[in-house]
Amino acid sequence: MDRGIKIVTGAATAVSALAVLAILVFLAVSALPLFESGQFGSTLAGGWQPTGDLPRFGIGPMIAGSITLSLSALLLSFPLSLGICSFIMGGAPRPLRTFVSALVHFMTGIPTVVYGFLSVLLLVPLIRSATGGNGLSLLAACLTLTLLILPTITLMLLARLGRFDNALKLSCTALGMDEAQTQLKVLFPLAKKGMLAAAVLGFCRALGDTMIALMVSGNSPRWPDGILEPMRALTAHIGMGLATDTHSPEYRSIGAAGLVLFVLTGVLSLVIRSLGQENGEERRVA
Amino acid sequence: MPRALKVFGWFAAALVTCAVLLLVAFLVLRGGRALSPELIFGDTPWLDAVSGQKPVFDGLWPAIVGTLALVGLSAVIALPLGILSGVWLSEFGRGRVGRLVSTSVDLLAGIPSIVMGLFGFGLILALRRSFAPDANTGLILSAGCIALLVLPYLIRTTEVSLEGLPETLRLLGPSLGMSSWKSTWHILLPAASRGILSGAILAVGRAAEDTAVILLTGAVASGGIPRHLTDHFEALPYKIYYLSANHRNASELDLAFGAALMLLCLTGSLFLLAAWLQRSLEKRWAAER
Repeated sequence: MDRGIKIVTGAATAVSALAVLAILVFLAVSALPLFESGQFGSTLAGGWQPTGDLPRFGIGPMIAGSITLSLSALLLSFPLSLGICSFIMGGAPRPLRTFVSALVHFMTGIPTVVYGFLSVLLLVPLIRSATGGNGLSLLAACLTLTLLILPTITLMLLARLGRFDNALKLSCTALGMDEAQTQLKVLFPLAKKGMLAAAVLGFCRALGDTMIALMVSGNSPRWPDGILEPMRALTAHIGMGLATDTHSPEYRSIGAAGLVLFVLTGVLSLVIRSLGQENGEERRVA
Repeated sequence: MPRALKVFGWFAAALVTCAVLLLVAFLVLRGGRALSPELIFGDTPWLDAVSGQKPVFDGLWPAIVGTLALVGLSAVIALPLGILSGVWLSEFGRGRVGRLVSTSVDLLAGIPSIVMGLFGFGLILALRRSFAPDANTGLILSAGCIALLVLPYLIRTTEVSLEGLPETLRLLGPSLGMSSWKSTWHILLPAASRGILSGAILAVGRAAEDTAVILLTGAVASGGIPRHLTDHFEALPYKIYYLSANHRNASELDLAFGAALMLLCLTGSLFLLAAWLQRSLEKRWAAER
């Protein structure tokens, strides 16, 4: 009977673990023609110009777009998350802390498509009337993504800072430090790894999001050239391109985009893993 | 500096609270006004629609049914796989193989949902070229891909809930002469059931909200209620996405608002429930440490 449980659970585990391998193999195979024809470099780094005498199907602009978008969202979201952590962990009256903490948990449940939808109806017209243009832009996508990844980062920060907090609070209070001083001088320096892990996790989440990029970034396939200009992310490129013929170079560029996303998020997942063994709280919000 | 941090903390909390409350209030007010029986069932009498006797053409009913079917199917696929894998990881996952599996679960958790959708789409292409020329995207494909997407959550919460149990409970079974199978089934799994349940709820929430996977694997803007596992289907998140870009008049925008409000209520309550379960579990075992 003991062998039974080992075999049954082992088989289930094998299926789960092999799924990753299957996805990798599939992506590699669908991007294989690019390697064979020697176009891999030009596909990754080249521009996107599907019409004209010399059509080019490079996903360089989308890679740059994805990274610009995710980094800018992280740049806004990380300080805000840190601020909210400091607010929740001390300094504010208890009812307010409980409320903000519940709000952050609630935010993890807001679907990305709802963020995208509300952004199309509220934020995009606001940007349009303030700046001219059509409003679908890097700025709109970045602001929306900031809200999306905020609970991810905040909850991971809370979990990582909380590991030290309980043990150290008493000592710090005994030394006459108030909560903000404790956080700034003791907790934050101690939890450097955790902070880095939270930032990488937030970046990863932003990189992998499709709907916000697809709905509010404008999807214009050019190198990102301004905060008010439209751009296109890798995920959105995959999401909008599948209507094309599956033997066309467009479709191959989609396979390449999938492979790039897989490799990027895979490497980042390993980085997060190496930055400390995760516990349920952190993985749960990923 | 500490003072600045304190001020910034208040500022960040206020800013984010305002932004989220504004968004939610807008959705609730605007969506609440739009929500009505006609919005869900169109012109069809609701009894006929629910019993499936008459199709609903201009309401959200097919999308609701589609989302429920999708979530149910993917749960049927993912729950046993995820829970069993979690048990394996916590019971036998100590050695090198365990670390390898654990790494691949992390990798799976990091894969963007659109890539999962692309995988499903490519699977159908491969099937068409080989031994099933009429293979097409549809409900079962979407459910399978979504099951893969939520699998890591289930595995991790099961593993963590089991590992969070106090050592005394772990020794109880063997000390009574139970086999490890019996001990796991009768003692450990029931004791960890709340945590596992919270993982399952979370997985259901993720399955209901995901749009990118079904975008590529068979969701359509209007297709009625799916009759077979291989049929195309409507779903709430896809409906929101489609209508936000393609609404032709105010009543279609109302549909999108209604769908968005319903989806938010569904996932919001699921996620809060999961968070509450998790908290109550931590409290329960904290006393035994």
